[in-house]
Amino acid sequence: MDAPHDGLIAVVKHDCPTCVLTVPVLAELAQAGALTVYSQDDPAFPAEIAGRVYDADLDTSHRLGIEIVPTLIRFAAGQEVARTYGWDRTEWERVAARPNLGATLPATRPGCGAKNLEPGILERLKIRHGQTGITARRIALGTGEDEIEAMFDRGWSDGLPLVPPTEERVLRMLTGTARDPQEVIGLVPSDLVPATVEKIAINAVMAGCKPEYLPVVLAAVEAVLAEPFAMHGVLATTMYVGPVLVVNGPIRRQIGMNARGNALGQGNRANATIGRAVQLVIRNIGGGRPQEVDRATLGNPGKYTYCFAEDEEGSCWEPLSVERGIAPGKSAVTAFAGYGLQGVVDQKSRDPESLTRSFAECMKAIYNTKLAPACDAIVVISPEHERTYREAGWTKQQVYDALYRLTEMNGDDLVAGAHGIAEGGPSSYAGRKIGKFRPGGLLIVRAGGGAGMFSGIIGGWSASGERGSAPVTREIGN
Amino acid sequence: MPALLDPTSERSPTIRPRLPRPADLAGLTVGIVDISKARGDVFLDQIDARLQARGIATRRYMKPTMARPAPLALRQQIGTEVNLVIQGLAD
Repeated sequence: MDAPHDGLIAVVKHDCPTCVLTVPVLAELAQAGALTVYSQDDPAFPAEIAGRVYDADLDTSHRLGIEIVPTLIRFAAGQEVARTYGWDRTEWERVAARPNLGATLPATRPGCGAKNLEPGILERLKIRHGQTGITARRIALGTGEDEIEAMFDRGWSDGLPLVPPTEERVLRMLTGTARDPQEVIGLVPSDLVPATVEKIAINAVMAGCKPEYLPVVLAAVEAVLAEPFAMHGVLATTMYVGPVLVVNGPIRRQIGMNARGNALGQGNRANATIGRAVQLVIRNIGGGRPQEVDRATLGNPGKYTYCFAEDEEGSCWEPLSVERGIAPGKSAVTAFAGYGLQGVVDQKSRDPESLTRSFAECMKAIYNTKLAPACDAIVVISPEHERTYREAGWTKQQVYDALYRLTEMNGDDLVAGAHGIAEGGPSSYAGRKIGKFRPGGLLIVRAGGGAGMFSGIIGGWSASGERGSAPVTREIGN
Repeated sequence: MPALLDPTSERSPTIRPRLPRPADLAGLTVGIVDISKARGDVFLDQIDARLQARGIATRRYMKPTMARPAPLALRQQIGTEVNLVIQGLAD
């Protein structure tokens, strides 16, 4: 762009009715000399201005910081001295330093959004002008190299194809948060490397996230990297577990998460990609890969992704996040070291006492009926089961109390060798009651479709609580 | 073909050579670290007894939990008190 040393610049687009409206004024100013008109979208517009310039790549518009068209700018001695946008006769007269402009036009007319700010275009302009602030290494692929295969070859994938993290996509992802791209969210095991917002955004792109999911991903990463979660141990254990994420608050609906039918299953982009992004952060930033530091014997399918929302609207109980200290109405994510889903099928109980006994008997089987204490657990209560509690007026605390009590087991049954099973507890268990779950180790949430008396239990890690991993809840910011 | 942004920590792996193995344990102190895995003590007791029978000094340590890395203070204590370490890593 050659900015005039002295004179006027107008930036317009044919697609904007206000720009079209101002053409007679532009023609008048051009005739008076020292006006350069830049057209953003049509080299033939305005036809009345012979010396118009087509800003095809929008570089001039970008350099001038155009946000609205038409924009009129006055330069004096090579410096911008006045600017206005839209059509406002008084303003144009001030900037152009000429009276009686556009006497036949209405006094004012709002302008239109500039083309250089349109989604996709702004990112490309920032990249071309080196203004992204992104510091990650650029990896140029060879001509003809398949980018999906290239990412597999570099070991970035969890086994499924990834979305290529181009600078444009990452820049768009970063618009999902107000946080500084270089802010460190935590140290990622196993390499204990700082996870910056930028690196997390790159992995969120690869996972398939939309920018509006990024605050959830950031809060989830913050949760799993918090000391009580013991992410290194969760990664390194031979047991099944990985991070399970439960999302609460308004953001669930804002980003379209699934808390209802098939809530723990496939098919919802937010559920699927948020959980996957957290796993990719561990893999790519922290270097935690299966058969390396991840020593899982079997693992579980939830280590691809395990994230769902609580059905707060349908529940008679307070959300999990509120129970864990987050203010009502705020969004939060709870990270739990868990695996799989064990069904609780009960189609006949119509009172809470019977139903709770069903839950308790199923929960005693986690790991092995011979093992207690076993691990923490999330109890996912389906709507038709929750209805039984609601109609009987049971509070969530009553359900917790009953579950802890009903999952106490007879030590005689647990002793190693009892019932012909070598597995089991020490002989000191004999004659005692042993709790299957540590106090505070159970989390109740409601989720699932409206039909089906089928709830579920997400088992945890045998090293639960202070000696291993404890659930961590973090508020979702922006 | 567009460039991709590196999703990794961009750290080139650093290979740190192991300390040379001592030719002889005579005069050295051996740290025996129990990571709190079930029956780890059974194995380590045997090692301890055998080393002591050969006149080699040992010191015993224990991680508070196998599920977390050893606390920094414990790692520093071990590093200043012994010449080499034996751990039992799995049950």
